[in-house]
Order: sequence, then structure tokens, then C-alpha cells
Amino acid sequence: MSFTEHKSLRDAYGATLAELGALYPDIVALDADLSGSTRTSKFAAKFPKRFFNMGVAEADMMSTAAGFAAAGKIPFASTFAVFASGRAWDQVRQSVCLSRLNVKIVASHGGISVGEDGPTHQALEDIALMRALPFMNVVVPCDAHETAAVIRAAAEHIGPMYVRTAREKFPVVLPPETKFTLGKGTLLRQGADVAVIACGYMVSQALLAAEKLAGEGIEASVVNMSTIKPLDEDMVTQMATTCGAIVTAEEHSITGGLGAAVAEVVCETEPVPVIRMGMKSPVGQSGKPEELLDFYGMNPAGVAEAVYKAIALKRRMAGGTR
Amino acid sequence: MIAALYFSKMDHSPELARHEDRDRFVLSKGHGAPALYAALAECGYFDREALFTLRRMNSILSGHPYSPSTPGVEVCTGSLGQGLSIANGLALANRLDGKKGRVYVMLGDGETQEGQVWEAAMSSAHYKLDTVVALLDNNGLQIDGRVAEIMGIEPIRGKWEAFGWAVREIDGHDMGAILAALDWADAPDGKPKLIWAHTVKGKGVSFMENKVGYHGLPPTAEELERAVAELSAS
Repeated sequence: MSFTEHKSLRDAYGATLAELGALYPDIVALDADLSGSTRTSKFAAKFPKRFFNMGVAEADMMSTAAGFAAAGKIPFASTFAVFASGRAWDQVRQSVCLSRLNVKIVASHGGISVGEDGPTHQALEDIALMRALPFMNVVVPCDAHETAAVIRAAAEHIGPMYVRTAREKFPVVLPPETKFTLGKGTLLRQGADVAVIACGYMVSQALLAAEKLAGEGIEASVVNMSTIKPLDEDMVTQMATTCGAIVTAEEHSITGGLGAAVAEVVCETEPVPVIRMGMKSPVGQSGKPEELLDFYGMNPAGVAEAVYKAIALKRRMAGGTR
Repeated sequence: MIAALYFSKMDHSPELARHEDRDRFVLSKGHGAPALYAALAECGYFDREALFTLRRMNSILSGHPYSPSTPGVEVCTGSLGQGLSIANGLALANRLDGKKGRVYVMLGDGETQEGQVWEAAMSSAHYKLDTVVALLDNNGLQIDGRVAEIMGIEPIRGKWEAFGWAVREIDGHDMGAILAALDWADAPDGKPKLIWAHTVKGKGVSFMENKVGYHGLPPTAEELERAVAELSAS
């Protein structure tokens, strides 16, 4: 198995937002001097009067977006994930979430695959930061096709939402007209030995790992858990019950992200081993995206290693021995 | 100033609380919530009895404005510096839709130490938001002491004018001056307006005037009696 096609998530965002602009007259877009990178420039070109560049001022942008929403607009605010989640966290908390306003934050440049820009620009904490906020929905699409579906759902959904895209092109995992339902995970592959629950880039890597593991006699389920919040708890519990061991995989710190969200549910419903696979290093470094992904184990081998650990733990627990 | 807005200047009503052309008010200095709540109750947004539940459990009146629970409150404020940005968003949306509502926002003087205020001030001027009117409650005090000693914000006029704002300086306790300034702020001249109001914290209550300690401290029952007596006499 290999993925022949690679597509950009941020391109999918830009194209979909520009398309939605015609269907939803109330959509406005805001950016903080990164519209070329986040691809809100596509919307700006088509709807110049409904695009607002706020300059290098992310805090101002988020509260302004809240003002738009309070007046009935559907604002999409975009910048890099580090700035959207960190720089403007308090604005997202108070102006957007506590006020329960319909602001969509679509942040590009999530994860280590940001590459050469280095540690300051690699968002490894954004899922944790956004997940902690009241009323916030958090979505990490796995490929360009799912991104398009997520953006359509974001326009339709009423309430704050954080969507994470990426700088790099990701392998295309899902079909072009793929559907997305907020709060629902998708079982992409079924196996009884272990469940790999992944989001974003790691979904493709989990599928590749599952193929490799099958050759070794290990059957893995693979779930695309694109909605981190509200988490599909039924799916998580079902995986714990049927597989008895879980690996989570995310291009994010292992603290506070998808892995933490899954572990929180598993330990309170169906306790089984959960191995969190993701960035173990507290920070990244500059480098080519593919070099960094390999160096930090964000690849099929990294997933497989976590699977071996999970299965070993599962056996230990079943045997009741150390 | 809040009285001038709610009882005279603003086009608003509790019956048409979601009326799209309404004028809006954002209390960016959220700690001034009691004054806003009093005005909203007086206008009929909620029962006056609710005022006696301020800051208590299960009250509709939180310590700082919390829009989901209080009728008439547009957004949550209290973490300082966010209100002007929100006002800009409201004004930009109104402009897109051809709605004529104006957006009033009250800032504390200490609050303007927040960097976001200046990001927002830049945005108001960049987008020529002449429907945004900021009222600066310049009482000279903040929690830790005198604004001038904690972190000076002067020159006030120079800063705001340099950011592209029209500035009018008034005595914030002179109702005639407040109303005149609000009318002055109607000018459709492409400039956001700052009404720089000199105020005295605790005005009209001799033992509270200009006292840092009363920033967030309620009076005792005995102090309340004296304060009401002084205010009634004046």
C-alpha cells in the first residue's frame, strides 16, 4: 500500500471557503497578514468587500471576529496555528467561547511538518489549548478532501470551531466527495488486535503501519478521529472493548491532545492500555518536513513501535504478570 | 455616561433587544458591570430585583459582563482590552449590511495599558469606522494605585490622534457636556471618535472620592447609608 496522490489541506480550505462565499452571504474572512499562506487570499480575491486583513494583530483579529459574529456574520479567522491558539488564546476564550459566538478559526501550519520555520512556528500544543476551552469544537482533518467537507460543516454548524490545517501536502486518504459529521470518528480499517486512533497526517501513517503489521500477523483497526472535541466517546469505548489495546497517533505533543482525550475516556469507561504516539520531544527543530517527521517518529515505523508496546501491555494485563 | 447612552442617546429597547439597526454598547472595562446592570434594569431588560443578586450564585448578574446570562449584554468582557476590537467587528458588520447602528465602547484609562487596545485603535482608523465611539473613563486610578505612577498613559490626546482618531475632552460628570460630545461623535467624517472623559472615582461620596481602595470594594452597610445620604443631598 502506498499513497500516490498528495494534496494541500490549506488549498482545500481556500477553495472551499471561496466556494461557500457564494452560498453564504454572511460569511466574512479575517486574516492577520498571512492570507497567502492560510489561503484566505482565495476568498479575498472573490469577495474583497467581505475580507478583512487585520495586520499582524491576532488578538485584535479574534475579538473583531467575535464582533462580526455578534452582529450575525459567520466569520472565518485564519493565521498560523501557533498564533491562533497561543497568541490569541484569551481572546478566543472570552470574546469567542464564553460569549458563545459563531466564530470559525481555521489555522494552518499545525504540527512538526511546518519544517524549516523551526520550534517557534511549529504548533505542538494547539489541540490541547483549544480543547480546554468551553464550548469549543476542535477538528483536525486528515487530508484535503476531508478538509473541504469540514469547512462546509463549519459554515453550517452554529458555534465556535477550531480547524487545524497544515503547510505540507498530505497523502490523500479519503475519496473526493467524502462526508464529515462533527463528533463522529470513522473506522477506516478493522482489526481485532489493537486500535490505532489517529488524526491529521497520522491517519495516513497509521493506515500504512496497519498494512505492515498485518504482514506480521497483527490486525489493527484504524480510526480517523478528525473531531477531537466533542470526542466520539462511543467509538473510543467500542475500540477499547473490541481490540483491548489502543494507540493514539497525532502530529502534536503527547500532552493534552488526541491521546489525552482518548485516554480520559478509556480510563473511565473501558480501561485498556493506551499508548500515546506523537511528539515526545517538548520542542521540534528546523529541518525539511520529511526529515523532521522521520526523526520524531511520525511515520509507519513509529506507529508500529507504539502498537508493539500496546500489545505487550495488553498481554501483560491479560496474564496478570509482569 | 452610561446613563446618557441608555436613557438618551442610544436607539435600543428591551422589546427589540435583537433589533438589527440598534445602537450597541460594549463595556470593555467589564469591572464597571454594576453601572451597566443598573441601566439595563432601569430600561427594562430585566427585573430590578435582580440587581440585589449581583455576584451571587445563580444570579443573572455575574461579577463581570457575561452575555449568555444577562439580557442586553452583547458580549463577555472583563479580561481587559478586548472591547474595542469587538466594537470594530460590530461596526464593520453593520457597514456591510447597510445598518445604521452605532457602536459605543467604554474603556478604562488603566485598561489602555493593554496592547490590544492599540491594535484595535489602529484597526478602527484603518477601516475609517466613524460609527465607533469610545468613551475613555479617565479616573486616574487603577487597582495598584495611580495610573500615572503604575504605568503612565499620557499623552492621551496625542496618542489617540496619532492613531487617527478624533478626540474630544470633557468633564465626565457634566451631563450636558456628555450629551454634546455624543452628538459631536455622530459626525460621518471617516474618523473613529474618542470621548476623553475626566472622571472622579467615587464622585459625590466624600469618603470614596479618588480612593484606590474602592476600585472593587463594596461599601459596608454603614458606609452605604452615608453614601446614599450624601448622594441624595447633592
